[in-house]
Amino acid sequence: MHALLDLKQNPRTAWIGLALIGVALVVLPFALAAVGTAWVRITNLAILFVLLSLGLNIVVGFAGLLDLGYIAFYAVGAYTYALLASPHFNLHLPFWIVLPIGAAVACFFGALLGAPTLKLRGDYLAIVTLGFGEIVRIFMNNLSQPVNITNGPQGITLIDPFRIGSFSFAERETIAGLDFTGPVKYYYFLIVVLLAVIVINLRLQNSRIGRAWEAIREDEIAARAMGINTRNMKLLAFAMGASFGGVSGGIFAATQGFISPESFVLVESIMVLSMVVLGGMGNIWGVILGAVLLSFVPEVLRYTVAPAQQALFGRLLIEPEVIRMLLFGLALVLMMLFRPAGILPSALRKRELESRK
Amino acid sequence: MSAHSLALLKASGISKRFGGVHALSDVGFTINHGEIYGLIGPNGAGKTSLFNVLTGIYASDGGEFVFDGLPLNGLKPNQVADRGIARTFQNIRLFANLSALENVMIGRHVRTRANVFGAIFRDAKTRAEEKAIEKRAYELLEYVGVHKRANSLAKHLAYGDQRRLEIARALATEPKLLALDEPAAGMNATETESLKLLLKDVRRDGTTILLIEHDMKLVMSVCDRVLVLDYGKKIAEGSAGDVQKDPRVIAAYLGGEVSLNLRGAA
Repeated sequence: MHALLDLKQNPRTAWIGLALIGVALVVLPFALAAVGTAWVRITNLAILFVLLSLGLNIVVGFAGLLDLGYIAFYAVGAYTYALLASPHFNLHLPFWIVLPIGAAVACFFGALLGAPTLKLRGDYLAIVTLGFGEIVRIFMNNLSQPVNITNGPQGITLIDPFRIGSFSFAERETIAGLDFTGPVKYYYFLIVVLLAVIVINLRLQNSRIGRAWEAIREDEIAARAMGINTRNMKLLAFAMGASFGGVSGGIFAATQGFISPESFVLVESIMVLSMVVLGGMGNIWGVILGAVLLSFVPEVLRYTVAPAQQALFGRLLIEPEVIRMLLFGLALVLMMLFRPAGILPSALRKRELESRK
Repeated sequence: MSAHSLALLKASGISKRFGGVHALSDVGFTINHGEIYGLIGPNGAGKTSLFNVLTGIYASDGGEFVFDGLPLNGLKPNQVADRGIARTFQNIRLFANLSALENVMIGRHVRTRANVFGAIFRDAKTRAEEKAIEKRAYELLEYVGVHKRANSLAKHLAYGDQRRLEIARALATEPKLLALDEPAAGMNATETESLKLLLKDVRRDGTTILLIEHDMKLVMSVCDRVLVLDYGKKIAEGSAGDVQKDPRVIAAYLGGEVSLNLRGAA
């Protein structure tokens, strides 16, 4: 994939390849809408998970800091959006103001989590971050008294969709004979955000900052001896990862129109981490692949497992949800056995293989 | 030259305890500009502890280092590197899963400035800096002779090359003082010989060297002056030749009364 899309090595195939991918991404929502609008929604959710995985990849893949509470930043972003753009406080700020605020608030929480955990690594860090994720969720659940801030377990409803002037992302309209439903509009918005996040990730990775993170991941003592301020660099990794989570959370709140603490449970953190690990920690394309696979396969199963069982046995033997978790576990075990570095391992190893030929 | 400008590093009264063990007690010495200064002593004498205190990995329990006219006390390892002391490690600590070139590029971190915004927007200044980092890193690989394996992962390099790569990475921080912890450990005679030439090149190009080494032949042939530690105490200091003849040094290395007694007991 890298060789084919390398603009310098063979520009022609690369441009053709990129153009094809571009066209596919533009046409995709209409193809999906033909099958059912539900699939456009599923795709949007999958893109949100790709965004989350790319954010978590900065913390886990680049800087090597195991974070089991990442979903907390998604929650912070979602609640920031929901509180500033819903009837709950009767605030209706536009999304281009609320999303950056959400990113900033999540960024602050990222630093807040990073600061006390600077000296921790590995399992200890995992435990603290896990606790942090739970604390945030429990706060969301209970901040309805004495002053009602989050509306507790009921969550916040009627959250504003994105709106630019009279153009609303939630309304269906027909432009140039094409049917633009709400999810299709959000899809294009998400693709733009996704491209920006991919570019930011790639550029961060191949920069002085990205190398400093890699150094910390490889050997923290040596990194410090080489003059890297590990405290600042770790805080930066937490803050950057968290702000991506915050932006994703804001978009999530707007697309769903409703959020509650239930969306931000520990399993979601583990899911995002699994996407990063399955795809190939530290490799952006691998992480994207992992996120897409783990978001889509369960949905495909949901639509195929029950009918298949009905056809074969005449009744439902195993619930789709159970099969989903079974396959999920199996996939992770197989991966650890056969491709421990992920489906698409990081580019460095590939480069090493090439230099040995 | 005045005495002040002659001395690059001045240590006085350095002490470090681990529980009841006095790893270093009241060690003092001076390293002059342009010297290759040897630090020897039997295993457990406190050589690496001294390195760790010097580079800020351990906090000292007493005494102070004055480096280039300013005290080093209380600085973090990254601040020490920023001030101009770079080190290598006894048990090689390269960034094993990164390429040789990237290892050296990371060494440039402390002398370059690009921040997150530079990294994301890739402005002209950042691009120029990035180019300069790569160029300098490659030059340093050539300097130590590992450039042919620039794109290999550090962990796949031959042992001697890993030692040299660690030196290149340290040199990338533009140190005034290069502190090497047993660079010849595990090397064969040929590799040690070429390491000797490298050390002389580094000194010629203006970097002062502090060298911990067990290979006495190497120490005696490159070091201008040598400090001998035993049980955390300084027992001798002087030219290589003088130190070799010092009875206390011979006792520390070959065994003094204690081991004679043991021999008698056996």
